[in-house]
Amino acid sequence: MSERVAVRKTYKLFIGGKFPRSESGRSYLVQDANVALSSRKDARDAVVAARAAAKGWAGATAYNRGQILYRVAEMLEGRREQFVALGVSDEEVYAAVDRWVWYAGWSDKLPQVYGGANPVAGPYFNLSAPEPTGVVAVVAPEAPALLGLVSVVAPAIVTGNTVVVAASPSAPLAAVTLAEVLATSDLPGGVVNILTGRLSETVPTLAAHMDVNAIDLTGVTDPDLAADLEVRAAENLKRVLRPVPAEYDWYADPGITRMTSLLETKTVWHPKGV
Amino acid sequence: MFEYAPAPESRSVVDIRPSYGLFIGGRFVDPTDGGSFKSINPASEEVLAEVAEAGAQDVDRAVRAAREAYEKVWGPMPGRDRAKYLFRIARIIQERSRELAVLESLDNGKPIKESRDVDLPLVAAHFFYYAGWADKLAYAGFGQRPTSQHSGTDPRPLGVAAQVIPWNFPLLMLAWKIAPALAAGNTVVLKPAETTPLSALLFAEICQQADLPAGVVNIVTGAGETGRTLVEHPGVDKVAFTGSTEVGRAIARAVAGTRKKLTLELGGKAANIVFDDAPIDQAVEGIVNGIFFNQGHVCCAGSRLLVQESVADRVLESLKRRMAQLRVGDPLDKNTDIGAINSAAQLARIRELSEAGAAEGAERWSPPCQLPERGFWFAPTIFTGVTQAHRIAREEIFGPVLSVLTFRTPAEAVEKANNTPYGLSAGIWTDKGSRILWMADRLRAGVVWANTFNKFDPTSPFGGYKESGYGREGGRHGLEGYLNV
Amino acid sequence: MTATTTSARSDLSELGRSETALRTFLHGLPGVDQVGAEQRAAQLGTRSIKTTAKAQAIDLAIRMVDLTTLEGADTPGKVRALAAKALRPDPADPSCPHVGAVCVYPTMVPHVAEVLRGSGVHLASVATAFPSGQAPLEVKLADTRAAVEAGADEIDMVINRGAFLAGRYKEVYDEIVATKEASGDAHLKVILETGELATYDNVRRASWLAMLAGGDFIKTSTGKVPVAATPPVTLVMLEAVRDFRAATGRQVGVKPAGGIRTTKDAIKYLVMINETVGADWLDPDWFRFGASSLLNDLLMQRTKLTTGVYSGPDYFTLD
Repeated sequence: MSERVAVRKTYKLFIGGKFPRSESGRSYLVQDANVALSSRKDARDAVVAARAAAKGWAGATAYNRGQILYRVAEMLEGRREQFVALGVSDEEVYAAVDRWVWYAGWSDKLPQVYGGANPVAGPYFNLSAPEPTGVVAVVAPEAPALLGLVSVVAPAIVTGNTVVVAASPSAPLAAVTLAEVLATSDLPGGVVNILTGRLSETVPTLAAHMDVNAIDLTGVTDPDLAADLEVRAAENLKRVLRPVPAEYDWYADPGITRMTSLLETKTVWHPKGV
Repeated sequence: MFEYAPAPESRSVVDIRPSYGLFIGGRFVDPTDGGSFKSINPASEEVLAEVAEAGAQDVDRAVRAAREAYEKVWGPMPGRDRAKYLFRIARIIQERSRELAVLESLDNGKPIKESRDVDLPLVAAHFFYYAGWADKLAYAGFGQRPTSQHSGTDPRPLGVAAQVIPWNFPLLMLAWKIAPALAAGNTVVLKPAETTPLSALLFAEICQQADLPAGVVNIVTGAGETGRTLVEHPGVDKVAFTGSTEVGRAIARAVAGTRKKLTLELGGKAANIVFDDAPIDQAVEGIVNGIFFNQGHVCCAGSRLLVQESVADRVLESLKRRMAQLRVGDPLDKNTDIGAINSAAQLARIRELSEAGAAEGAERWSPPCQLPERGFWFAPTIFTGVTQAHRIAREEIFGPVLSVLTFRTPAEAVEKANNTPYGLSAGIWTDKGSRILWMADRLRAGVVWANTFNKFDPTSPFGGYKESGYGREGGRHGLEGYLNV
Repeated sequence: MTATTTSARSDLSELGRSETALRTFLHGLPGVDQVGAEQRAAQLGTRSIKTTAKAQAIDLAIRMVDLTTLEGADTPGKVRALAAKALRPDPADPSCPHVGAVCVYPTMVPHVAEVLRGSGVHLASVATAFPSGQAPLEVKLADTRAAVEAGADEIDMVINRGAFLAGRYKEVYDEIVATKEASGDAHLKVILETGELATYDNVRRASWLAMLAGGDFIKTSTGKVPVAATPPVTLVMLEAVRDFRAATGRQVGVKPAGGIRTTKDAIKYLVMINETVGADWLDPDWFRFGASSLLNDLLMQRTKLTTGVYSGPDYFTLD
């Protein structure tokens, strides 16, 4: 008997809840696999998908979003071995699972912690509440491939944003595998869109895109590229999260800044009278 | 007829010096490499004072003075002591409020009733509010910081804040900038607008009177170039700007790739939405207040009236009747409702856009009103028959000009209201509570006034979505832009 | 008169025939936002009226005063003295105008009539079981007829607040119609007693109800409940008469009563008229102040303007 021939996985993009190949038809060899090499048009398609999903996701109840993020944690826990097979440590997978759980719980708490009634000097009801900024472009950190990715995606989507993520170019397999987790977690299509390939091809397009509301440059290691992207982002005054230092500890308590940086505070006034 | 006799507020309450230097390191100093310019009264074109224009070396001096004060005095000072200085400043502002109000109206052109009853009370309230935060920053709700990135757990100031403010609410914008910055422990270099520098210079005197340590507040006067030099100065840790979206964009580019934290409060094209079940008389007041308050020189002005078709005729008739009661003229007359346009340049822009509105086919209407011969004036104006495609429905006019559009359903109102790159404010007028909340959820704007408009309070965060800028001023949210959180 | 106005008028005249029609109409009026209305009234109160404008305003306010005494202790002597003051508020200054009217209880009407006869000062009598209105309709109508027969040319009636608050609008309407009929040629002022109506929405509805039923004036208060006339209540009523005239072509007057004690207060009301309904109402035929102590303050301020010296209460009669 001959040995069984394994069925290999094709690593594709994740756009609008589907797994398309790059429209460019290109791929690149990385981590011993052919991974889709995203083009500018893929980036544009991903933004369209993210925008299409934005209204429904922002309009979902916080409870519902929390449930879905927790479901992601459950699915990730169950697929631990797939990530280990890609070279991700047990410790990192567990940290990534825990991070989903941590952010899942924030969905219906952050608006209470970060918003509230303002005691204005007059006969008015006055309430500030956070709302998602909209479509966020995210450059995931080069490493750790899984925990880093989860640490930038979860805080963006838990509050109702939708994202287009440029995965780590050198370790994209964890990102594509995470997409498979997301696709089976009741997360609506388009809430998270994942592009693999070269940052230089997709990220400048995302930074300049006028229908993207914010950009998280966390994974950009070249300061000149970061500055250039920030300049592009200024065109429609995107909210910008700057790159983190190389020594950034992804295992530490992340605080709430990643969430609050991608929120708009809306304040509503109404008179009180009979 | 009942004609109101002139009721001028006395000018003698304020002494304007013939010339002003730069306020750097606690003293007024002459510019080393700058020149000077004149600040005029836009209601009469009379020169009020000669003001120093800060050059690059002057800006550098100011930033260094702020840095030194930050490192040696203000940064290390316990919060409770910073608080006391801010309380002291708030009190002096209250004590000298009439003087400040008159000066503001002279330099800006806004009616004295507004500088006296709106600007000055809010300025003092803002300092009082943030004074109380200075020793409570750990309670401001920003949570734990990632311990690997920062040491300690208390929120820390950023350092030196560069602040550039506009001419529409000179002293109030100064308060919105300086009060939270100082409460958080930063020192500041502030550049007031070139057409309205005087109240900031009087504020500098108030800092002296309060014995505020030298260098904590520095005021550099000048035009755009001074502002650019300031925000681009490498010694600055924080940039806060209020003004046009165009300049805000340029600043965002200028700080790209630096450590500078940036907050921007930019333009707007707010929709003020009136439903057919609105309290009409109050809605009309809200429309008038929304667009004619401060000559319409308000970034959150309700410059687009969206009125439900079924009630459009009635609202417009009431609005026109009400507009006929607006008194345009001498800003220092206590009965003036609409004062002078702040500058010849702004007047030219308002005229240009208004002419474009008429040329594009909208119908223009103003009540009969006699405008003074000298100075910069523009009659309150409405355009009816405006569509989304008109320039006057899309571009910020920043003047007393209202574009009127109609809608049929709540969904259409939301769609039209949000159909703009801006997102600063919005108004909703209806007696139905659930509709207010439905609308408020869907409007992409940082401030939503329901059955009211243009209300401000130091506890209430203010700021925009989209191209109206980012960050919030006011409330505990307003501290965030000045802390390392 | 345009066709639209004519048809609007005939439509409105039908409303009184059915409870449902009245309710539908009154509840279809635009709401009043309390905070907004109060802010607008307060804003109007910040107008600065000086020098010539103030002199003009004071004389107009004097002409608008319904000089009032409504006490159980009123006697013929007391009301005659009041009437004399109404004719010559400032005996030292013949240029001082007389007041708009004297307002008394029905029993006092004959005594006042003697003094006022032929003077141009109107004689108002409260009626309809003032101030509560809690009497059978026939009693209220008899009260009204008696006052008119005794010489009153203005009747200040009270509405049935109980019926109004219970939503029995037709009952209120019918009582006003009946009182109007009983008043004959006398002008009918309808007191809404706004202090008991609790909301500005109710004030607006009661104003329209009174006007629809034929009231010539709408008046805020009896002066006998804790909350009397206020600027925002008067503002809402002025908006009502403005809108009523636009709808029907008929002009109705407004009378705030109670609580207006100073010249400053009175001038705030004149400013409010000026900027809400305009010059057509700046006339004693269309606006009155129901007041007593106001007159002396107006006289003191008037003297100050003429002499440049602040006067004191000792220099004006206490009637």
